[in-house]
Amino acid sequence: MQIIFDHINYVYNPGTAFERHAIKDINFTINKGEFIGLIGHTGSGKSTLIQHMNGLVKATSGHIYFNGEDIYEPKYSMKKLRSKVGLVFQYPEHQLFETTVFKDVMFGPTNLGLEKLVIEMRTYEALKMVGIGDDLLDASPFELSGGQKRRVAIAGVLAMKPEVLILDEPTAGLDPKGRDDILDQIALLHKESGITIILVTHSMEDVAKYADRLLVMNQGELVMSHTTKEVFSRYKELEDMQLAAPQVTYVMNALKEKGYAVPTDVTTIGEAQQEIVRLFGLTGKESTL
Amino acid sequence: MDMIKVEDLSFEYIRRDENGDVESINKAIDNISLSVQKGEFIAILGANGSGKSTLAKHINAILYPTEGSIWVNGLNTKEEENVWEIRQTAGMVFQNPDNQIIATVVEEDVGFGPENMGIETEEIWKRVEESLKAVGMLEFRNLSPNKLSGGQKQRVAIAGIMAMKPECIVLDEPTAMLDPNGRKEVISTVRALNKKEKVTVLLITHHMDEVTYADKVIVMNRGKVVMQGTPREIFSHVDELKSFRLDVPQVTELAHELKKSGINLPMGILTVEEFIQSLTNV
Amino acid sequence: MIRDITIGQYYPTNSIIHRLDPRVKLTGTFLYIVSLFLFDTFYGYIAVILFLFSMIKLSKVPFRFIMKGLKSIIVILLFMLFFNLFFTQGETELFKWGVIRITAEGLKSAGFMGIRLICLILGSSLMTLTTTPNQLTDGLERLLWPLRHIKVPVHEISMMMSIALRFIPILLEETDKIMRAQMARGADFESGGVLKRAKSLIPLLVPLFVSAFRRANDLAMAMEARCYRGGEGRTKMKPLKYWKRDYFGYLMLLIYIASVITVKVLEKTIL
Repeated sequence: MQIIFDHINYVYNPGTAFERHAIKDINFTINKGEFIGLIGHTGSGKSTLIQHMNGLVKATSGHIYFNGEDIYEPKYSMKKLRSKVGLVFQYPEHQLFETTVFKDVMFGPTNLGLEKLVIEMRTYEALKMVGIGDDLLDASPFELSGGQKRRVAIAGVLAMKPEVLILDEPTAGLDPKGRDDILDQIALLHKESGITIILVTHSMEDVAKYADRLLVMNQGELVMSHTTKEVFSRYKELEDMQLAAPQVTYVMNALKEKGYAVPTDVTTIGEAQQEIVRLFGLTGKESTL
Repeated sequence: MDMIKVEDLSFEYIRRDENGDVESINKAIDNISLSVQKGEFIAILGANGSGKSTLAKHINAILYPTEGSIWVNGLNTKEEENVWEIRQTAGMVFQNPDNQIIATVVEEDVGFGPENMGIETEEIWKRVEESLKAVGMLEFRNLSPNKLSGGQKQRVAIAGIMAMKPECIVLDEPTAMLDPNGRKEVISTVRALNKKEKVTVLLITHHMDEVTYADKVIVMNRGKVVMQGTPREIFSHVDELKSFRLDVPQVTELAHELKKSGINLPMGILTVEEFIQSLTNV
Repeated sequence: MIRDITIGQYYPTNSIIHRLDPRVKLTGTFLYIVSLFLFDTFYGYIAVILFLFSMIKLSKVPFRFIMKGLKSIIVILLFMLFFNLFFTQGETELFKWGVIRITAEGLKSAGFMGIRLICLILGSSLMTLTTTPNQLTDGLERLLWPLRHIKVPVHEISMMMSIALRFIPILLEETDKIMRAQMARGADFESGGVLKRAKSLIPLLVPLFVSAFRRANDLAMAMEARCYRGGEGRTKMKPLKYWKRDYFGYLMLLIYIASVITVKVLEKTIL
């Protein structure tokens, strides 16, 4: 699996008074098995960008290559692309429509024209992957809790067996435990099946915890594409884009300023704990001397 | 007199099957008692399904107790003739900003409440202007709500409540659907109203960073009040909060973990500055 | 995609027509449409067209902009013209080729029908272009107010209209979103026969209805929480009030009606 964006531009309502250049000359490559975090404040072009990946939005200019093939070639099948590039929209539970959970998840693979047995197998597997138990298969999707609905909706995309899974704010509106559960499940899926993940989110803590690499969007431009640590070490730039670093990064930077010998590229609580314990291990001994 | 007084409140959702027989009884609120003083900023924390929204709807007389009672400014919500006065005294802001704005122009929406109360035209205009000013949305008065960001829409909704001159505002997860900037906008607006206009605030949320400014935090779990105290007291119990499906800000958790590793930090650290201060003191 | 549809388009500018009370404009449009059908003579139409064009001039809305309204009815217009031209029974034959026969009566009838339809569309779009949706619902509510005595829920109707105006763009956007979400799951809304296409709408319509009901429920709760209890005892932030110009507007309408009647009577007696 590989996605390449080659000088992609997107203009809304070209040639009218409402013309707006939403995506400006974007280039990047995403490789198999990566866990990408896509961040940027509201209106920075994130949503438009991800819809390019499965062909729901067509670029005004530029090329997109999926597994080496140009998706804008006339013969290229968009339906096939959409099964390979799974896109889970924000509040995906709003798309549920069937009478049972099982039938709803079947919708995707059925559209691919697979055999009935294969469809059912995939549906069952997908529901397992998101942690929906057998007791809920025949329940109406409308009677589930918020968190369960969201899992079912994600399963609806997973059942198409995509090679890359894009999630647009999959935890919006969930409580902290519900948020951690979903993200842990996605991380597990990534680890076990090697599926490529693109996580769009406003939570810096979440991307710090899960993503290897971050794409940062600002006013339609891709301004950074580096490892998570590197991006957050440039937190002053992020602040200019109405973004921020995780709270612990600020803690470590503040400690450094006070003269403590700590690294500043810390992004998770675990790392910060280790570093501070190490620091105090030393100073602690000094004070007892 | 208490602004809000809740006594032994219980509420049951009864689900019936096709034949009208009782299928299940779900106790959304299980014997709660609490009181809120005038001018306080109270935060109610709880995971989804903890009963916090159900409680909020009781305060506005949208739902009525199965058992127990609620008084808003001394008025019992059970008595039907009190309903309109209660709704005017304790205004309510809901989660989805789109689903509570009625008019197609910002200022007309803010005027909706006063219109319903039968206030004279001149006075409505005055109140609309004051309320929009109080939430910092005066310059958007002639726009369509569809042109606003989520945080701005929510501030318009708050202005709509302020125009009814309530003594208390109940906000039911007002930031759940907003981005971080929208959340900040709404929370700082609410804090300003509490400070300057002396409005009693009841903020219902599951975002922990929003409650650090509250005078008192009430934690709910499975229909019960399980913790009550200042933010610092509440945030001292990290493990307990996690068992209620909740979370704490990263610094609070870091301090908690370090304490476990033997570094002697105080309980309930809320901000980065506090953390650094405490750590340098160790 | 679907967002291109515009409803109740308003052309904001400052003209005497814009400033008129919506009740004057509603009454005027109504009387104008009636006059179109009653005074169907040559001179009658001259009066009708003259009146329309002077109103357009006064409204300061660019002529080009108003003509846009005609685009949507071009098919119906051609269809009507076709029928009137070829299927009107008449004596004076002008042209004949096989079964196709055009008569002077047919030509006249097609011409009149065309003028009538164009004036009708231009007249009513002039009203929506110069009146905000809110003013329109307010005006309608006040005009229909007497009907409440015969148990017509006038206030409720106008409240429904204004809520619809607020939620139409939101629901359109939502439709677009659900469509994209289902397309991401391989749904195909564009190919196949009628039956297949109708069936493919289920994954779009069910979520849309669910969402509309959820919104309606939320909105009802929010309205109640803001002390809404129907039209009784409600005051208005922007009450409608007649000014001098509005009475003048009514006077102009009266003069217009009187003059088209005179034209018709004169034509009948002289010719």
